[in-house]
Order: sequence, then C-alpha cells, then structure tokens
Amino acid sequence: MPTVSMTVNGQAVTGDIEARTLLVEYLRENLRLTGTHVGCDTSQCGACVVHVDGKSVKACTMLAAQAEGSDVLTIEGLADGDDLHPMQEAFRNNHGLQCGFCTPGMVMSAVDLLNHNKNPSEGEIREWLEGNICRCTGYHNIVKSIQEAATKM
Amino acid sequence: MSKHAPSQAGIVGGVHQAMRHDSAVGHVTGGALYIDDIPMTPNTLHAALVLSEKAHAAILEIDIEAALALEGVVAVYTAGDIPGRNQIGPIQSDEPALADGLVEHIGQPIAIVIAATLDQARAGVKRVSVAYDERPAILSIEEALAADQMVSAKPVMARGDVTAALEAAPHRLQGEFRNGGQDHFYLEGQVALAIPGEASGQAGEMLIHSSTQHPTEVQHGAAHVLGRPFAAITVQVRRMGGAFGGKESQATIIGALAALGAAKTGRPVKLRLPRDDDMVATGKRHPFLFRYDVGFDGQGRIHGLDLMLAANGGHVADLTAPVLTRALCHADNCYYIPALKFSGAPCKTNTVSNTAFRGFGGPQGMLAIEGVIDRIAAHLGVPNEDIRRANYYDWEGARTVTPYGMAVEDNIIDRVNAELEAAADWDAWREEIDAFNASNPVLKKGLARMPIKFGISFNRPTLNQAGALVHVYTDGSVHLNHGGTEMGQGLYQKVAQVAAEGFQIDIGNVHISATATDKVPNTSATAASSGSDLNGMAALNAVEQIKTRMAAVAADLFDAPVDEILFAENRIFAGNRSIPFPDLAQKCWERRVSLSAVGYYKTPGLTWDFKNNTGAPFYYFTYGAAASEVAIDTLTGECRVLRTEIVQDCGSSLNPAIDLGQIEGAFVQGMGWLTCEELWWDAGGRLRTHGPSTYKIPGSRDVPPIFNTRILTDAANPKPTIFRSKAIGEPPFMLAISVWLAIKDAVASLAGPEARRHTHVELDAPATPERILAAVNRLRGAMPAAAE
Repeated sequence: MPTVSMTVNGQAVTGDIEARTLLVEYLRENLRLTGTHVGCDTSQCGACVVHVDGKSVKACTMLAAQAEGSDVLTIEGLADGDDLHPMQEAFRNNHGLQCGFCTPGMVMSAVDLLNHNKNPSEGEIREWLEGNICRCTGYHNIVKSIQEAATKM
Repeated sequence: MSKHAPSQAGIVGGVHQAMRHDSAVGHVTGGALYIDDIPMTPNTLHAALVLSEKAHAAILEIDIEAALALEGVVAVYTAGDIPGRNQIGPIQSDEPALADGLVEHIGQPIAIVIAATLDQARAGVKRVSVAYDERPAILSIEEALAADQMVSAKPVMARGDVTAALEAAPHRLQGEFRNGGQDHFYLEGQVALAIPGEASGQAGEMLIHSSTQHPTEVQHGAAHVLGRPFAAITVQVRRMGGAFGGKESQATIIGALAALGAAKTGRPVKLRLPRDDDMVATGKRHPFLFRYDVGFDGQGRIHGLDLMLAANGGHVADLTAPVLTRALCHADNCYYIPALKFSGAPCKTNTVSNTAFRGFGGPQGMLAIEGVIDRIAAHLGVPNEDIRRANYYDWEGARTVTPYGMAVEDNIIDRVNAELEAAADWDAWREEIDAFNASNPVLKKGLARMPIKFGISFNRPTLNQAGALVHVYTDGSVHLNHGGTEMGQGLYQKVAQVAAEGFQIDIGNVHISATATDKVPNTSATAASSGSDLNGMAALNAVEQIKTRMAAVAADLFDAPVDEILFAENRIFAGNRSIPFPDLAQKCWERRVSLSAVGYYKTPGLTWDFKNNTGAPFYYFTYGAAASEVAIDTLTGECRVLRTEIVQDCGSSLNPAIDLGQIEGAFVQGMGWLTCEELWWDAGGRLRTHGPSTYKIPGSRDVPPIFNTRILTDAANPKPTIFRSKAIGEPPFMLAISVWLAIKDAVASLAGPEARRHTHVELDAPATPERILAAVNRLRGAMPAAAE
C-alpha cells in the first residue's frame, strides 16, 4: 500500500492507503472528518467540496494520492476554535441551510469564491454555485448568506 | 425565592419567533452527524444490492459462487435466506424485500452482498449472475389502462348527474394531458446502519439507524423480515439529509435489508445506496394522465366535469392508493364543481413503484383542474382569472361543498388573491408583458397566476395521531422527544419552541433528541405537512401534564391557590413571589413528584368513507397564491422563469424564518417538476436519467432572479391548532403551477395580441425546451402564414 502525507486542517497526517482511495474516502474514513459529504458519487452535487492548496475541489473527483504534500482544508478546519468563520456565521444567520447535507460543500465553495472575488455580484455568486446542488432551500438564502459574508470577509 | 412580578420580558425562543434551525451550527461546521457519519465499530460490514436487469421476468437461477469467492465478501443473501416474511409493503402485502422468483422492474433488489468494505461489496454485486426468463412488460399508463392492470381498486368520487350536466351545458370540451414523475433527489441517499444486540432468552434485539421519515414502518418491515416482534427492533433517526416523501416508505427496504444482513452475520451492517442505484431502485412522484370532459356556460362557470386521473403506480401498490385519493381531493383546487365524476386509475406498470412526494397527489390533482380552467379561458377568449372568479367556492351555502362532501369553512381565497394582486401590481405587470411581446419576435414572455387550497391532515383519520415524551431534570433542563422526524424542514426547532413556550423557559434549556421507536411508539410518518400540527400538540400535551404537577408543588410552597401559579420568564410566580424553574424542578423531585410525561394528540372531527370517497378528511385548508413571469426562446424552446411573487398563508407561523424557507424551497422544487426534471425510460423500461448528469434539478441560476415571498399576516388559523399555526411543508409546492401556466401563456402570445386570448396551448409537463419548442411549432403550423 502506498503511503500519503499531507496537511489537513493544519495538521500533518500520514497514512497507508490503497492507491485508488479517493480524497473524500481518506478524509471521511481514515481521518474521520465526516463533515465532507458524499451526495452523488459522481462529482456533480458538490457536497464533498474541500480546499486543496487554497482551491475548491470536489473530493470525490480526486485521489488521496494526488493530494500528496498538499495543504487540505475541510469544513471542520474552517472555524477558529469556537469562533465560526464569517461564511459559516452568515449561513447560520441567514437560514442558508435546511437539511444541511449540502451545507459544508456550499460553505467551502463560497469561501473559495470570496477568496478570489471580494465583492461578487449576485449573478457571479449564482454562476459560481453551479457545481453545488441544494434540494431544500431554492438557493435564495444561500445567495443571501454569501452576500452578507462578502461584507465581513 | 425572590420578590418581583413577571416583567413581560418573555423568553428566548418561544413560538412565532424567527429562530434559526436547531442544527445550524452543526450544519455549517460539519458536526451534524448523518447516518453515514456515525462512528462504526471495527467489525462493521458493508452491503450493496444486486438489482434486476429486466423489467419483467421470472428468475431462473441466482449464482452467487463467484461473488462469495471474492476477497472480503462475507455473504450473499437472497429471498430464501429471509427468516421471517419477505414482505415490506406499507399498505398491501404485495412488496417483497428481495425478489422471490419474479422481478417486476429494472432496479428491483434481488440479493444483498455483504463484505468487509464497501468496494468489496460493490465488486461482489458484479459477480452475482442472475438467469431470467423474460416476460412482456407494460411500461406506460396507456398500456396498463388497456390491459386494466391496476395495483389497487379504482376510486371514484362523484356528485350529481355529470352526464346530464355535460349534455345540458352551453359549452363542452374534451381533452387530455399529462405530467411526468419526479425524483426526490434528497442530497443524502438512502442509508441504514443495523447493529445486532443482545439475545438472551428472548427475541434478538436490533438497533437500526435509518434515514427515514417513518421509523415505525422501518421497525415493522425489519420485524417482518427477521420474524421478530416489533418490541425487539428499535429504529432511530436524528436527521435526514432531505427526504421530501422519498423516505416515507422507501427507506423500509433499506433498513430491513441492513437488518437482515446484521441478523444473519451477527455483525453491524451498513447499506448506503450509491446515487445511481438509489435512482433506479426507489420510487418517485407519480406521472399522471388526465382525460377531461367539461361543461360550462358563457361566463366560464363549470356545470359538470368528468375527469379521469390515471397514475403510474409502478410495480407494486406502495402508497399509490392514498396518493390517488389526495389527487381526487385536490382536483377541485379552489373551485366549486356542481356535478362531477373523478375517476382514479392506479395503473400497474413494470417501472419502479412510485411513492410519496411532497404534495402526495395534490399537485397532480391541481394541475388537472388548472389545465381545464386554462382551456375554458381560451375557448371563451377571456383571462384565466375571470374563469377562476366565476368558479371560486362561496363563503356559505351549497357552493362551499367540496366533491367529497366537506364544506370549505375557512375560505380566504379572495384575501390571498387581493394581497398578491397588490404586491405584484398585476395590471401593470400584464401590460409590461404584452408590450414586450409586441416588440420581440423571437423571445416571448408569459405571465400567469393561480391560487391554491390544500387540505391538511392525512386522508386516513387513523394516521392523525402523535406522541411525545418530555422529561424535566432537576437542573431544569428539559429532554424533548416526539414521533416526528427532522429532514431539514425545521420540525425539531418548531416543537422545541412549543416546549419552551409551554414551560416559559428559554429554548436553550430544551434538549432536542433523536426520534426513536423505543421512546415514542406506533408513530405516523412525518408527512402530509402535518409534522408540527401533530407533534407540536403532543409535546404541548406532555408539557401541560408536567406543569400541572409542578404548579401544585409551587402552590404548596407559596401557600397560594394553584390557579394563581404562573409560569413566566424561566420562573414560577405566585403574585410577586417567584422561584426559578430549576429550583422548582428540584423541589418536585424532593417531594416525589414525577417530572416526566407522555404526551398524546389526535386531530378531532375527521372522517373518511373509503368506499364512497366522501367525508371530512381535512382539519382545515392552507391557502396561497403565486404569479410567475417566464421568457421562452421560440427558436430553441429554452425557458427562464424571470420573476415570481408569492403570498402564502401560514396561519400564525410558529417560526416565520423556517416557513419562508419552506415556501421558497417548495416552489423551486415544484418548478423543477414542471420544467427541467425529466425522468426518461427507454423502450426496455430502463431509467436513463439516473444521476445528476442527466437528471436536472434546479440549480442556483434556474430560480427566478426576482423572487418575492410574503407570509400572510394576521391570519391566525380559525381552528385551534398548535398556537394557531398552519401546516406549510407541501402547499407552496403547487404554487409552481403558475410557471407551467405562464409558459403556456408565452407560447400563446405567438398568435398575436388579440388571437392570444383564444389560443389554447397543449403542453405536457415537464415543459422541457423540447416540449416548448414542439408547442411553438404546432402553433406556428396551425397559424395562417400572414399572422406571423
């Protein structure tokens, strides 16, 4: 079994895994970071979005081995202790969630957007979220959440 | 004790407050656990299902040897391995957990492969070979109607002499149209984790963590399959990652099969369907075919309606009978129909069994009547709204009585319509659309509005009962449990607000706990929008019992009459003397007074005659209205919803923030059903849209850029529901019919400003670009060349 080493949420981790192990499997099963969800298994729904070296990635599209040496950030690493990240706070505040299953992917995706575009228009937000599906909210409050976070990040 | 009277400061998190979802922090941090996230013991096994490759066939042989030879595969179980009854049908006993000698749709579970890892289980599935003897398959509603092949009895709802009314009516029209099905596409797929427990001298225990709206039904299904008493099986669910009706009966097979694996191997077994399997193996919304014969007068007032509603029930009965009943009960929407015959046909086909989905037949019934109204309007050349006005239920007299014999006593259609008209500036909006169409030959806009009236309660009176379990601990914290399940709709939060309000304590002191069959037994599904109505009342009943006991202790402490004891602001008052809630809880314990209660509620006054389809099945109605503007490209059929305005009745909302989310989400889901979500089966009965790559639910850019939702204010429920609120989960789904009507309006506009009114557009749902383009081309083909 190959060995992979990476940094996840600021901590160095190393594991022996099957070469075909997906990043999402490594995070969920080996590291027990279950906030990264598997929704569709086919890289469409976006529930598994994490950051790899600062860029949002669907963790079911990427092999764990491809993250060798990378800096991975999952939803569990976003808050600063008990202090929520402004994006998390905005989703909480604006009811940008219902069942919550898409939420970690939405939040991670939205953080990446604001990292690149400090002040996105509503249209830019909606375009960015094309790769994240929500079945509950109708997206209205999700967009509102990201707009509010943009004023605080 | 302290001396001051209550200050009116109130509590944090009582009813009517816009509190956040109870799991909001868990959702945004990843801390909220779904079934697939529950830590597993190291000996846990994983399962995957062998699914039928044939739509209709006898099973000649199942060869499992190659699968068993694979590394990691522990066992493969088929129907013959089931120790109890191979039966999981929720109403009729026609649904095996694993196919027994016969498969009736592609995707039907035949065997379960259990292995050390999920990959090994899924690899094992590919090594199981099944030999079939194929039989002719019936794949469409029309074929099933021709063969008279039904999953249950055909219901009829009738009033008056419809034949005579149709013959005597000044105008008469016949036609047919249809709607498609809809996959629930809950983001969290079907999943269960079964953990075997102790068996020492009694039936072996089994704990099933199931993503289900109906823990009791999973309990029953697993008990049947294992041949054990219900009492030995515990089903628990803290939250689902969405459900929408798709986990009302469809979770049972998953839970029962995981339990089968756990019982046979003696080890925990997790069964999580991959999305493709989930979409082919589990049920969806029913496609319907409508055939109508309507008679009306020059004002558009309906004299008689003979309407056939044929549903594709799929391969087994499941919930098709009650879905059809609800469709029949909503084919009146807001309109009085003096003479009628509504005939239901629960067609049996060799496609996956269709099931509950938000609205439960209501959307199909309403689509039928709104299609008929649209046709009448075109025939008479007047706006749809004029036809509606001629047919609305009255406030009193004969024209208040529904087709099932129940009078509409809480009619607020006029008020809802008036508020929508004012909010949307309706007349100016219409002019804007007409002006746009006059100057744009390629893009055409459409505008339509419609009201809804949705009956609240399960049609079957028995199901309208609920239980709760409430404990107060000696530190003043409250443990809350009830039979309702949380699927994102905010039920847990709403019921916690009810408990906080009842005890007059801050909601932070109310601890919400997972729904479990060993805490509250014999529950109904969390469905029919009834979750907060039923469980809120049951919880309040438990709270009131405990308060009565606590008040007696307080009265004794203060030496005051018990009717002067007041719970307020986290304290218990007798005049200007008071004691904190936790201190009184401690005093109750010291005096050996029970601080635990089982709450119960049953909705009063409900009746239903299953034979004649008459009675008073609904406690009340929820109303709403919506207007939508669309634009279509007449060269490609592409369509966009540009603006939607909604006014929705929530009674006195228990939580306006949660209700607003329900309205927006339901509308967008309804829009998906009627526009972009198309389930497509090939000629062999294989679903070809079995993942998000081919099955399109609304995305972030598909929702109307202008989307204004208003909750009707000062609209307390006249019925004494939980704090006078109304059920809201399903009703707004049907507001999306305004989008379908607006698309028809946009196509009709091709005929020109005058002829538009006289043009009826045939348009089946979903109104995909393909169907819109076909409708455009049909209309162009029928138009004289000069009109273009």
